[in-house]
Amino acid sequence: MSLGEIVRFEVRAGHGERDPRGEALARSVGVAGLRVAHSSVYLVGGTLSAAACNRLARELLADPVTQTWEWKRLRGAQSGPASSNKLAPDAIIEVHPLPGVMDPAAQSVEAAAKALLGDDLEVRTGARFDFWGVSQRDARSIVEQHAANPVIHAVFDEPHHPEAFPHGSAYGLHIREVPIRELNPTQLDTLSRDAHLFLSQEEMHAIQREYRRLGRDPREIELETIAQTWSEHCVHKTLKSTICYSGEPCGTHARPGHEGQQSGRVMINNLLKSTVAAATHELMGTIPQCAGPGVDLDAPAIDWCLSVFGDNSGVVAFDEQHAVCFKVETHNHPSAIEPYGGAATGIGGCIRDIVGTGQGAKPIASTDVFCVANGDLTKVPRGCIAPTRILSQVVSGIRDYGNRMGIPTLNGAVWFDDRYVGNPLVYAGCIGIMPRNRTHGSVAAGDVIVAIGGRTGRDGIHGATFSSAELTDTHADEFSHAVQIGNAITEKVALDAILAARDHAQGCLYHGLTDCGAGGFSSAVGEMGSSLGAEVHLDRAPVKYAGLTPTEIWISEAQERFVLAVPQGNIEALRAICDEHSVEMCELGTFGTPDQNIVLRWHGTEVGRLDVKFLHAGIPSPIREAVWDAAWSRDNAKFAGSRAFQPFQPADSQLNMMEAVVCALLAHPNIASKAWIIRQYDHEVQGTSVVKPLVGTGQGGPSDAAVIAPVAASSRGLAIANGLATGLASDPYIMGLAAIDECIRNLVCVGADPSRIAILDNFSWPSCKDARNMAALVRAAWACYDAAKAFRAPFISGKDSLNNQFVTEDGVTIQIPPTLLISGFAPVNDIARACTMDFKHAGSKIILVGTTSDRLGGSHFALVTGLDDAGSLEMPIVDLTRAPKTAHVVARAIAAGWVRSAHDCSEGGIAVALAEMAFAGGVGAQVDLASMPTGGRQLEANALAFAEDPSRYILEVESSDVARVCAHFEAAAIPHAVIGTTTELDQLRLAHKDKSLAALSLAQLRSSWSTGGA
Amino acid sequence: MTLTGPKALVITAPGINCDSELCAAFHAAGAQPQSELLQRLMRTPSLVDQFDLIGLPGGFSFGDDIAAGRIMGALMARSMYPALREAVLRGVPMICPCNGFQIAVQAGLLPGPSGGGEQWPELAAPASVALAPNASARFADCWTKIEVPRDTVCIWTKDLRIDAPDDVLPSAHGEGRFVASPHVVERLEAGGQIAIRYASSDNFNGSTGAIAGVCDPSGLIFGLMPHPERYTRWTQHPQWTRIDAGVRTHDPLGLRIFRNAVRWVRGDRRGAHFEELGASAL
Repeated sequence: MSLGEIVRFEVRAGHGERDPRGEALARSVGVAGLRVAHSSVYLVGGTLSAAACNRLARELLADPVTQTWEWKRLRGAQSGPASSNKLAPDAIIEVHPLPGVMDPAAQSVEAAAKALLGDDLEVRTGARFDFWGVSQRDARSIVEQHAANPVIHAVFDEPHHPEAFPHGSAYGLHIREVPIRELNPTQLDTLSRDAHLFLSQEEMHAIQREYRRLGRDPREIELETIAQTWSEHCVHKTLKSTICYSGEPCGTHARPGHEGQQSGRVMINNLLKSTVAAATHELMGTIPQCAGPGVDLDAPAIDWCLSVFGDNSGVVAFDEQHAVCFKVETHNHPSAIEPYGGAATGIGGCIRDIVGTGQGAKPIASTDVFCVANGDLTKVPRGCIAPTRILSQVVSGIRDYGNRMGIPTLNGAVWFDDRYVGNPLVYAGCIGIMPRNRTHGSVAAGDVIVAIGGRTGRDGIHGATFSSAELTDTHADEFSHAVQIGNAITEKVALDAILAARDHAQGCLYHGLTDCGAGGFSSAVGEMGSSLGAEVHLDRAPVKYAGLTPTEIWISEAQERFVLAVPQGNIEALRAICDEHSVEMCELGTFGTPDQNIVLRWHGTEVGRLDVKFLHAGIPSPIREAVWDAAWSRDNAKFAGSRAFQPFQPADSQLNMMEAVVCALLAHPNIASKAWIIRQYDHEVQGTSVVKPLVGTGQGGPSDAAVIAPVAASSRGLAIANGLATGLASDPYIMGLAAIDECIRNLVCVGADPSRIAILDNFSWPSCKDARNMAALVRAAWACYDAAKAFRAPFISGKDSLNNQFVTEDGVTIQIPPTLLISGFAPVNDIARACTMDFKHAGSKIILVGTTSDRLGGSHFALVTGLDDAGSLEMPIVDLTRAPKTAHVVARAIAAGWVRSAHDCSEGGIAVALAEMAFAGGVGAQVDLASMPTGGRQLEANALAFAEDPSRYILEVESSDVARVCAHFEAAAIPHAVIGTTTELDQLRLAHKDKSLAALSLAQLRSSWSTGGA
Repeated sequence: MTLTGPKALVITAPGINCDSELCAAFHAAGAQPQSELLQRLMRTPSLVDQFDLIGLPGGFSFGDDIAAGRIMGALMARSMYPALREAVLRGVPMICPCNGFQIAVQAGLLPGPSGGGEQWPELAAPASVALAPNASARFADCWTKIEVPRDTVCIWTKDLRIDAPDDVLPSAHGEGRFVASPHVVERLEAGGQIAIRYASSDNFNGSTGAIAGVCDPSGLIFGLMPHPERYTRWTQHPQWTRIDAGVRTHDPLGLRIFRNAVRWVRGDRRGAHFEELGASAL
């Protein structure tokens, strides 16, 4: 494109109009007397007459009612009509995306300008901030802290008006060979690190052996492909390896693939296959069942799992016609460096996994869980971003991507712990729905390899290998190219086109598809062609700019791309659909080669050739050591990391100790309201919501789970929930059981069918090169196996993110606590019976189901009061024989319509659960703690009120139904008791027999919970 | 008695994402919805002529880059304005929730000709009202109480009874703050063109006069920031589990808005393209 010159346009709020973006920046800085004005800047390259500039400004860039505009040429000083008449600012700062960083707004302006003027223009966007009341230097630091990230933005101290845009130059082919055959072990290590391959010495040796066998050196593109394919991110080599575990066992029952040795050690052959996946296969009857705690060997095999572990997401039956699928991904490393782009592309990638499942699913819901350092941690190590900024930016990223995709984000959680300072965790989940006959895709020899969606660029190179590495204080500089900004609309139109092609009148136009995630084309084509081979013409891929090498095109993880296997005869029909949806499509090559190799070409010349067998089976599997060290783990799990503990002081002298603790718990960030996050998400788009994330009067209460009705005109619902029990991380076995129990409780409380729960595992772990962390991982995996079998809740998909630790410039390693997120979904047979957690009216009876103990280890009571600073208290453990039965019995009572409200008892114990039910419903409660089931033990009031024992539910039941509900629990021998009554008084009253312990107004409870989360 | 309902056109485009619930709402109100891509309609604007109702759904058309609805509004002003103006002149009601409202304003369809009645200009006029970023500068998803001015000419909201506590509507947007000069607001008020307001306690985005939606002088084109299409079933209400089943027997407010327009089309024969077989009485 020939460029005349660059015209600079500025658009800002007109005189007397509000400027919310400027005001918001000033607000977030919070300096008195500071005023900020925001202007949008558009740099437009092309040949533009003054009339064209005026039209562009008036008809496209500025709002005629609320905004003014002006434009300038670099020379000639021709300016548009409206100029500002305001006071000269004290400082001007501009923020522009760095060259090569995705600029979705610029793309849209280019397309719209073409439609408006008929001209091809090149556009870049930016933001200008005018400051009053601060110096230039302070203004710059404000922008750098609040509105820019050096990884993706350039910050200027004056209005930016370049002479020309930087452009790449055309790539001249030269094929680089890497002389690996002669390297010694040290040189192999150096190569692995310097080329960002992140492969172990053994793996480098395996590559060396292969190329010695072939009698040649690998070409760069081949080495990169192997590194991507063998990355932890793609192949899960740690979870699939053979592990030698020593230390305290978890139970004495047998587990498949486990072999006890005389030394007392246990050899585990492929941890993932022998635990998480084994549970599913035992439940499905595809491998023999092992006996274990709570395992019913006579139960019939589960027949509703349609596709597990094999595809981009796990698929289960929903009704006769539909299947639903679920995937949860982490995007931790990118989010540590660029939280907005990292989170957005995290949810974007997870959505693509859903679209790329089977022959394509329609995304119907998203979930998100974040783990970050506490907001009051202001001093962070060099190379880390302040936790409040991380949280607000990841929320913005999920919001902007999810809302634009039109997918409701409706379930999630946030967990705070200072050890996440260098490695915040960003989990993004997505659920899809598809016809039952579209759950499996295929690839046939001769199918055209079609790429659709976004263009390929240099952004996102080495994401797969980078995500498998440990972060250090220099990573932000080294890996900025792995960070990306997404463009949701590109993904949305690709989704629309794919669904139109799937549901085409002549039948599905393609055999199979997958998304381009980690590893880009190399993984997508490599996986789809893993048995047939493929011939790929890399020069045919549409690129964002000139100069990309074949290797870059092959491994780029640029967003919003899919690969389809399309029979030749359907190409034209597919092209018509893509055109109509404004989706770019290209024919990259063909699946199937005579020797099943993957052959890469550039304008016909072979630039790479890979043996599919070596690529997928050549990775060496060393034996990994796992050594359980309970004392070390307990020590590690000290709450709040390194912070000095402050003894608990009631904030309000009007309150007694228990009242103050209740308020402090409600205000604890893990428990407090997440409304500020939830409200930014369009959690109701698609119009399917039945139970929303906030429920009760004024939508002021935290729902246990979300329910949607995904099929129009059907009364069948789908409940979605999660479980996270990081407080119990000092024993990941106990933590894993608790997370699964919590996820199931959450689902049951909204009316889900507990016999149809499918779950997902997402491990985020510190480095497993440390045998102690490896042992922690084994224990968590055992929990998954044991609990999935006892609850008969199969895992259908999972993912792991290892190496979540940060090395500071002083060489201190900060490890995250072992974190296991359990996500789950299950049908609600009749949405009319869906249940919410808010007390419905006064005069009902309150029934507590489940036993309470005085095991306060890992509880929020211990955290808030400092009781467990040494991590020494005993932790409650799920009783696998009783927990599943409890879930089923509670579910039957809800399905029968006997329960007016139900709430899971988790963080903060029954005191917090009761408080939430009360203020959510605007209904008071009077509860006698002495009546709680304790297995006959006498417990202190604090234990009764605040213990976080699992498998407990609080139910509100009409007085007239109490007798039959109690009989129902009695018949199943589940401990339960009527512990109180809902009242007309606007108060929560806790007593122990005749002794009043606490009396708190609903207003005070609500305010503690609301302000704690603000 | 077989009844073939009026045909409703639902316009989709890159980034539009509330088309399925808009179709569902038309369907629930007795119309036959059909989605069409903007690309196709821009090529053949006369496709619009076959329809009795039109819906411009919510979403993030073209990413809402630059400003919400700006690009799609500019495209529609160029290529579809005449066909849509014709549709209004022949009596076709059009609903534009959320992004649809933002687009309709940018496309010169709302608040319509200032001369009133049927004096639509040949070319799309520049907008005289704006939907600016929320005062909070944040996207917000929430339910609000609403009010319908008694004197509104909007055929979608006219004569709606809004008296029950469950008469609320959901909104979900980042740029919904209604802005207009006092004199434009005065004109709209005088012409009965204020179709719907947030209850004054629920004006969460800071709109001028708590205005949530307006109509053109004919009352046929209705743009609003709330999403009535997301409240056509009781289970969509945020507190439905608190509302007695005995109360949950009438139509939810959102559905009543759509039924209003379908009823209007059935009564008004100007734009009737549908057939009613064996309908003894309207």
